[in-house]
Amino acid sequence: MLSALLVMAAIATVLGAVLGFAAIKFHSEGNPLADKIDAVLPQTQCGQCSYPGCKPYATAIAAGEADINRCPPGGEEGIQKLADLLGVEFKPFGSDTAAPKPKSVALIDESTCIGCTLCIQACPVDAIVGAAKQMHTVIAAECTGCELCVAPCPVDCISMPVIEEKIGNWKWKYPLYAFTVAEAAEATR
Amino acid sequence: MRKLHHFHGGVHPPSNKAQSTRTAIAHAPLPPKLVVPLHQHAGEAAKPMVQAGDHVLKGQLIGMPDGFVSSAVHAPTSGTITAIDMQLIAHPSGLPNLCATLIPDGKEEWIARKSVDYREHSSAELQHLLRMAGVVGLGGAGFPSDIKLRIGKQKITTLILNGAECEPYISCDDMLMRERAGEIVQGAEILRYMLDADEVLIGVEDNKPEAIAALQQAITANEPALQQNKRHEVVTIPTIYPGGGAKQLIRVITGLEVPSGKLPTDVGVQCFNVATACTVYRALAHGEPLLSRVITITGNVRKSQNYEALIGTPITELVALAGALPDTSGYIMGGPMMGFPLPALDVPMVKATNCIIVASEKLFPPPPPAMPCIRCTRCVEVCPADLQPQDLYWFAQSREFGRAQKFSLFDCIECGACSYVCPSHIPLVQYYRFAKSEIRAREHDKQLADQARVRHDFHEQRIEREKREKAEKLAAREKSAQTAKLAGIQSLTPKQQAAQAELEAGRAHIIELAKSEVEQVKE
Repeated sequence: MLSALLVMAAIATVLGAVLGFAAIKFHSEGNPLADKIDAVLPQTQCGQCSYPGCKPYATAIAAGEADINRCPPGGEEGIQKLADLLGVEFKPFGSDTAAPKPKSVALIDESTCIGCTLCIQACPVDAIVGAAKQMHTVIAAECTGCELCVAPCPVDCISMPVIEEKIGNWKWKYPLYAFTVAEAAEATR
Repeated sequence: MRKLHHFHGGVHPPSNKAQSTRTAIAHAPLPPKLVVPLHQHAGEAAKPMVQAGDHVLKGQLIGMPDGFVSSAVHAPTSGTITAIDMQLIAHPSGLPNLCATLIPDGKEEWIARKSVDYREHSSAELQHLLRMAGVVGLGGAGFPSDIKLRIGKQKITTLILNGAECEPYISCDDMLMRERAGEIVQGAEILRYMLDADEVLIGVEDNKPEAIAALQQAITANEPALQQNKRHEVVTIPTIYPGGGAKQLIRVITGLEVPSGKLPTDVGVQCFNVATACTVYRALAHGEPLLSRVITITGNVRKSQNYEALIGTPITELVALAGALPDTSGYIMGGPMMGFPLPALDVPMVKATNCIIVASEKLFPPPPPAMPCIRCTRCVEVCPADLQPQDLYWFAQSREFGRAQKFSLFDCIECGACSYVCPSHIPLVQYYRFAKSEIRAREHDKQLADQARVRHDFHEQRIEREKREKAEKLAAREKSAQTAKLAGIQSLTPKQQAAQAELEAGRAHIIELAKSEVEQVKE
């Protein structure tokens, strides 16, 4: 009886020491789950999820406060990725989130711009350059297409044209072929 | 006799090369208009160096290489540039790209050409010359040759010249080897010198005996010009498709296998097309940039023929020379296995255009509808890259790109052997191309997202910092004001001090009142 107690006590002490050591040695800063979720999010920083950026949304998902279907730029594929990562069921977009749109980039009509710097302050990735009373312009390569600059503009000179398909970003399409009814009938026969 | 090795799989499609090898290479006449795309190679497009209205000489630079992987583009003949604009090019997308339109003046006036003795220059200098001469791989991919010659610390033991030309119908390399074997051998020696390789092996399939004989003769004839104790040899390899794939050719000739995701240089081998070697020779020994190439026009035509044609010649002109028959149904650029149907016929030929096949329903009957995959694994038996094509098809079809990548999708050379043998007529290669470009697009998006994350973090930090700095400044100002006030108070008489204190108390009272008012409003 006593020896059993002693053995159990010894095991508990040793394991406790190991766990205590591991807690100090392998301590990780920040929230690793939130970082993993953040890595999956598209980093548009658009706030369409009602959080002030991708990181806060990731933190909210990690804390179980937010649903995974609140990111329109990520599309359904993004929801699927989050579902796979978190081991939960796929969930279609709710009625309160905006529908996913094709990728676009901000374009300032430079002849209309009055140089108010409001869009520069709104841009979450500092992709607009300009100064007070000087014309502003968008660094297209850095623009995430978040549309946050559109609303503050007092002269409505910012548009969001959809990114066109060019040779550089052209993709091979999923193979589809036209069937005639006769061919299909023959094939099934 | 060299011991040859085998690669896995391969198929034996009917070669159909005899039609176009009966007559010598003909010179295509100067067309009334040339359209020279500024993006003819892998990598970045060349930057236009001329404007509409400029008169250019034959061989004048019209596109400057822009970026690390890029190559120059030249005026193929003398004449006037009439436009630099977006025009339809030979690309599977059918999308336009930047092109320079040149109306020839028929004088063929050359720029000053300077021949270079390669032995007097370092490899780096010669690489620059080749880059500025617009020399790119002529086997089909159009990869800038200077990049392939830029070797790090690896020792290249073997230079392999690819004269296999395994794809059916194409015979431009065969004819080039028969007629210009001397230039190929001298070009090979230049490439060998630049790579500091120990031997040059020219791999030619055994269905081209004339080419093999011509090359052997050329090696003997050029013996004095070739470096002593460095071996040049023609290796006859068995005819099997795709024996001309770089990794397959290396495997057959040397027995070495290029590991997945690695380059031939990692096993000490570098591979160039025979036509590229010929161009390298002309670029250095004669100072002629890449302005023309040999192109096979074959298929449903009156007379199949190889033409030496200027880059930028509209394909309509070439097809008209060969005479397309009335029942023509389409045009394929490249071979029947790896080529793609042209979006339109008035597109220009580019450096990588080795063959135009005029198609008809009789030659290329439309494939029957694809049936479900029955997992017969005939595609596995023929895959030269040792892949599992049926699994890759499965993953591509269900868009499981991660798993496709794990099954080495990117080792697929898109040779089409799997589609060729598929009893269900599934266009397998199209699925692989779809999956590959989706994966590439996702990787690109991921890169952009990472970049945006870094910029957003910096943005947040900057806002924080600005706030902090503002607060610090304010605190410092208040503090200095306070000390100034204190200093001021001490210099006053006791009576004045009392008056000041009263004033301060009154002010504090007013502020207090205002505060409570504001709070009331808030409530």
